[in-house]
Amino acid sequence: MVQYIGTHLDTSFAALSDVTRRGVLEQLGRADASITDLAEKFCMTLTGMKKHVGVLEQAGLVTTEKVGRVRTCKLGLRRLEEEAMWIERYRQLWDARFDELDKVVEDLKRKERVDGRRKK
Amino acid sequence: MDAGRSSQPSPTKNRTSVERKSERELVVTRTINAPPRIVFEAWTKAELFQRWWVPKSFGLTLLSCELDVRVGGVYRLVFRHPATSEPMAFHGRYLEVTPPSRLVWTNEEAGGNGQITTVTFEERADKTLLVMHDLYPSKEALEEGSGSTGGMDETFNQLDELLAALGASLARP
Repeated sequence: MVQYIGTHLDTSFAALSDVTRRGVLEQLGRADASITDLAEKFCMTLTGMKKHVGVLEQAGLVTTEKVGRVRTCKLGLRRLEEEAMWIERYRQLWDARFDELDKVVEDLKRKERVDGRRKK
Repeated sequence: MDAGRSSQPSPTKNRTSVERKSERELVVTRTINAPPRIVFEAWTKAELFQRWWVPKSFGLTLLSCELDVRVGGVYRLVFRHPATSEPMAFHGRYLEVTPPSRLVWTNEEAGGNGQITTVTFEERADKTLLVMHDLYPSKEALEEGSGSTGGMDETFNQLDELLAALGASLARP
């Protein structure tokens, strides 16, 4: 898990090391935008902007969706990583609860054995 | 655990697994080393139930626990959490009670947004395979209810808060 998060952070930091890409994230934090919009705002070629968006997308910081001819970019939620984390945490909580249930059940079994012996 | 280095005999611990079956369903599975009749008893007698439902690590204090385990019967659990001044109540109704194999209940503290919980106790060679299935009315309700919400600006510091909330949301039967 730790290694998994570490790798993820590396990709994120690499993606964030570029000033244009940080600007794109800031921009997308205000509103979704198409690649064309972004290229214009940052005075860039379409190809150049596509590359930056690609890096951000790989880091899970941005998601894109193509509707017709327009590719819209929005802030990514890193859904998979987050989901893996909260599911693991949820599992640990249930595990703690079941460990306590084990103890109660052992008590009940012990009691049954004692009662069973008494009856004989 | 390295058995070779451990001087204390440690009983084998069964694995708890959690799976998100769909956008609206969460399933928790665990084997318990006792027949269903005993495990069912631990889920349905209040004096036993309150001994395990709220482990110390949750940081919650159970103030009261009432379980009226019959179809249409209500349950009500009241907790105190250090982060909130008011006690929190979790309550609902039993929809199905089939000893010793099945329990179904509602979770009504969240209004109409609560999940339906189905627990089955399957006999497996003197042990019990416990399957707890939560069905939420929507994807959003699941993510809010189980504490999974969080966006792009979720930092690791905020994760602690999320986990505290998750602990609180687990405080229902």
